[in-house]
Parts: sequence; C-alpha cells; structure tokens
Amino acid sequence: MSATGYAEGLAAPATGVPTAVRVDAYVEAPIRAFAIATIFWGVVGFLVGVVIASQLAWPLLNLDLEWTTFGRLRPVHTSAVIFAFGGNALFCTSLYVVQRTCRARLFGGDSMGWFLFWGYQFVIVMAALGYVLGVTQGKEYAEPEWYVDLWLTVVWVHYLVAFGGTILRREEPHIYVANWFYLAFIITVAMLHIGNNLALPISLGHAKSYGLASGVQDAMIQWWYGHNAVGFFLTAGFLGMMYYFIPKQAERPVYSYRLSIVHFWSLIFLYIWAGPHHLHYTALPDWAQTLGMVFSIMLWMPSWGGMINGVMTLSGAWDKLRTNPALRFSVTAVGFYGMSTFEGPVMSIKAVNALSHYTDWTIGHVHSGAMGWVGFVTFGAMYWLFPRLWNKKGVYSEKLISWHFWIATLGIVLYITAMWVSGILQGLMWRAYDENGFLQYSFIETVAAMHPYYVIRMLGGVMYLSGALIMVYNLWMTVTRGESTEAAPALVPASAVPAAAA
Amino acid sequence: MIETLASFQSTFSTLWVVWFFLLFTGIILYVMAPWRKRGYERAGEIPLRDEPPAPRR
Repeated sequence: MSATGYAEGLAAPATGVPTAVRVDAYVEAPIRAFAIATIFWGVVGFLVGVVIASQLAWPLLNLDLEWTTFGRLRPVHTSAVIFAFGGNALFCTSLYVVQRTCRARLFGGDSMGWFLFWGYQFVIVMAALGYVLGVTQGKEYAEPEWYVDLWLTVVWVHYLVAFGGTILRREEPHIYVANWFYLAFIITVAMLHIGNNLALPISLGHAKSYGLASGVQDAMIQWWYGHNAVGFFLTAGFLGMMYYFIPKQAERPVYSYRLSIVHFWSLIFLYIWAGPHHLHYTALPDWAQTLGMVFSIMLWMPSWGGMINGVMTLSGAWDKLRTNPALRFSVTAVGFYGMSTFEGPVMSIKAVNALSHYTDWTIGHVHSGAMGWVGFVTFGAMYWLFPRLWNKKGVYSEKLISWHFWIATLGIVLYITAMWVSGILQGLMWRAYDENGFLQYSFIETVAAMHPYYVIRMLGGVMYLSGALIMVYNLWMTVTRGESTEAAPALVPASAVPAAAA
Repeated sequence: MIETLASFQSTFSTLWVVWFFLLFTGIILYVMAPWRKRGYERAGEIPLRDEPPAPRR
C-alpha cells in the first residue's frame, strides 16, 4: 500500500540535480499532529497537577463534587503527563527518528501514522473520562478498565508493526542506538501492559472487571509493571530521544557509541527486576524485597552511563549552551536524569525506604525525574522539531525559550526541595515515639505540618505551567509567523542524492 | 524429582551468577574490541548524515 507512495516519492527527482527533493519521502503530517498533541496534553496535565496540588493545600477546592475530588483527578494528572504528554512525545519523536536514522519511509505510510494518532488520542480520552466518572481498576498508572486496555493493545501492536517494519526496510545497514531504546520501550511496554491488565469483565456490557491475580501476587505484578513503566516508558523511550536530539542540537556524534551499547544492555537486564522495591516491609517475601533493592542499586551504573554519554556529547562544544537555549533544556534534562537515578537507588535501600516510603519524598523524587528529565528532554526536542516539521528557519523567539527554561527550572527546584523537607519531616513525625512508647504525633498533626510545603509545591507547579504556556505561545508564533525555509530540503534522505544521480 | 531439583537449587543460583558475569564480560569484550572502533564512529554519525548539510552562512 505505502510502497507505491514510496516509489512515487523516489521517482520524483529524476533530474539528477544534487538538490533533488524526494518530497513526501518521510511521513510527516501525523508526526506534526503528535507534536501538537504533546504540547496540548502537556499543558492539560500540568494544569491538572496544579489543581490537585492546590487541593492538597486547600481541601475546599475538592468542591464537594465526586467528579472533582483529588482521588479522581489525581489519575487524570498522572495519565495526562505520563501517557498523554510523554506518550505523544514518544510517538512523535520515535516515528520521526526511525524514518531518518533508517532512511526509510514509515511502514504503513500516512494511514498508519494517522491510525496511531487517532487511536492513541481515543485511549487518552476514554481513560480520562473513566477516571472522572469513577471507572477504574484501582491499579496505579494502570487505572483504565478492560475495554480501554484492549483498545490500547490494538494501537500498540500497530505501533510495534510500524516501527519494526520501518527498521526492517531500512537503507542504513546499522540500526542506530536511539532505535534500540525506542524498540525496547515499545516491546517491554506491550509485555507489561498485557501482564498487568489480565482481567475478566463482569460481562461484555459492563465496565467493571476483576483481575486475574490477587493478594501479594497482584501487588508484585502491579509494581513489576509500575516500576518498568518508569524504566521503559519514562527512561528507555526518552533515552532514545536523547540519543537523537542531543547529537542533532550539539551537531556532533554521541560521546561514546560503545558506552551506549553497554549501558543499553545493562539497563535492559537490570530494570526488569527492580519493581519489588515498591513493596518493602510488606507481605512480599523478604528475599524478593532484597532482590528488588540490590537490582535497584546496580541500576545506578547503567543510568549514569546514559547520563555521562548525554552530557559528554557536548565536550568541546560547551559554548553552545550559551547560545542555544533549546539545547540547554536537553542537557539540563540529562542532569536531572543523573540526579534522580542517584536518588532512586538510595531510596530503594530498605533502611532509607523505611523513612521515605509513603511520604512526599517519593513524590519529590518522581517529579525531579518527570519534570526535570522527561519534561525537559521533551521541550528540548520540541523546540528543535517544530521549526523543522513546519519548514521554518527557527523558533520564533530564542529569548522566550530562555524565559521558559529559567521559570521551569526554578519551578522544579521549588517543587523538589519542598517535597524533600515535607517528606522527611513527615517520615520523622510518623515514627516519633514518646518516652512511654506511644506515637508522639496524631496523623492530623503531620498533615497540618505539611501545609506550607504544599503551598510552595503548588507555586513550583504554577511556574512550571507558566513556562509551558510561554512555550505554547512561542511555538504557535513559530508555526504561524515564522519565516519559511525554501522548498523543504530537509526531506531528502542522504542516500537519495547519489541514488538519483546514478 | 522436585526434591532432586530443589537440592540443586543453590548450585543453579550460583551458576546463574557466573553465567551473567560471563555474559556481561562477553558483551564488554565484544563492544571494546579495537577493530570495531571505525564501525562505531560511522554508526555514531548516523543522525548527522540523515539530511543535507545546512547552507553556509
């Protein structure tokens, strides 16, 4: 089907002129849609985050309506930022990167791209509707009920076929490392999604289902899923993004291709075992908890392998950080990645976890990873992609990128420092005993003590959201007012030039 | 049968560690082999080769 379109694309530059353009050789329209969706869902997700952060500080904002309670809006926030913002960013960049690094048109062509786009947006909307209306499996980060899970499986299998098919028809003999990370992300997420969502609906006409596993097995499967959603969705996928867009922005190859291979395989082998650290001091057998802890600590090494590779790509080109604010996003992202992948192993140690678990420290940790790493690496990629996808000479305002960068960075710093203090305070208050062996504080006292930090956290979120709104304006102006480049030369795969000349 | 297997459990656990150690060492040796250097340099250039060079300013 798409093969014809590909051949037509090839046939176009029959002139043999070196500037010959293979127009439409790469699928781009659905990728533009994914880019817009990334920005749109990002703003929605950050906004809901600010709303629920405010609810924690001022409970009145729950509005006494069942649809707007924290319990229902919280999964809207987490799914919007992880699966809608992050997911669209991964679809967008993976489909862009795989075509260019393989120098091949997307398998399935435009129709495949559009199916993935609308199929995935449908998943997001169905999931969010369910959360607000109270339809949930009650599994963290896997809340959607069986009918959404089934549809997502259909979309995801198509994604695998499109991505894998493009790799199979590549003109470039080597599969570039970014594609390994993307492929690991796609395959593993498919496995996790199916494994964690095995459930039987009450009837085909009923939204409610019951999971296959129960008790501690269910908990273990849930956190095998949950932690690998972090490991493969939020890490491997975005490392793929890093391995393409940082070399692009810095205009130099990745620091060490060897390191990328070693840290890829170590990351893949180790991550899958780290889940039990979410279940320390529970009914989970002790050996499994220790196993989760040990693998989490070992994960530090491959994580830092990726960080070193990303940061050192700039060696000899550090001056670019001064002149290119979009690159600043990507590199700071890698810094946050290094920081949160150091904090994570520390928190997985059982003695530390005894203090940190169930407190705001965990929330702070997640957000330094999510806002710092996932958010920033995506912003860096989007600032690079938008002008190219819309054939513009550059982003509308470099100065506004700078503003976005500093406001968002300050927001993250406020957020995570507030959560460190709040979390450690909370943990210490919960475990404090008086001289008679009674708990020193009632639970409500610990809640009241959190209030100032919840306000600071909310302010951090407002700053992060404000930065994102500046980005929306900047990218909108880029697309509508930006100066166009002539005749889309960026579409030519390098191989097409000698092929056309021959 | 299951008792026999269970009695070998600790041996298998140890061998599993050895196997992973060997596998990882194998990966390192494979990757670090000096004659692969040029191939890696070429692979690292892939993202920089996927579109024509920007016109000089």
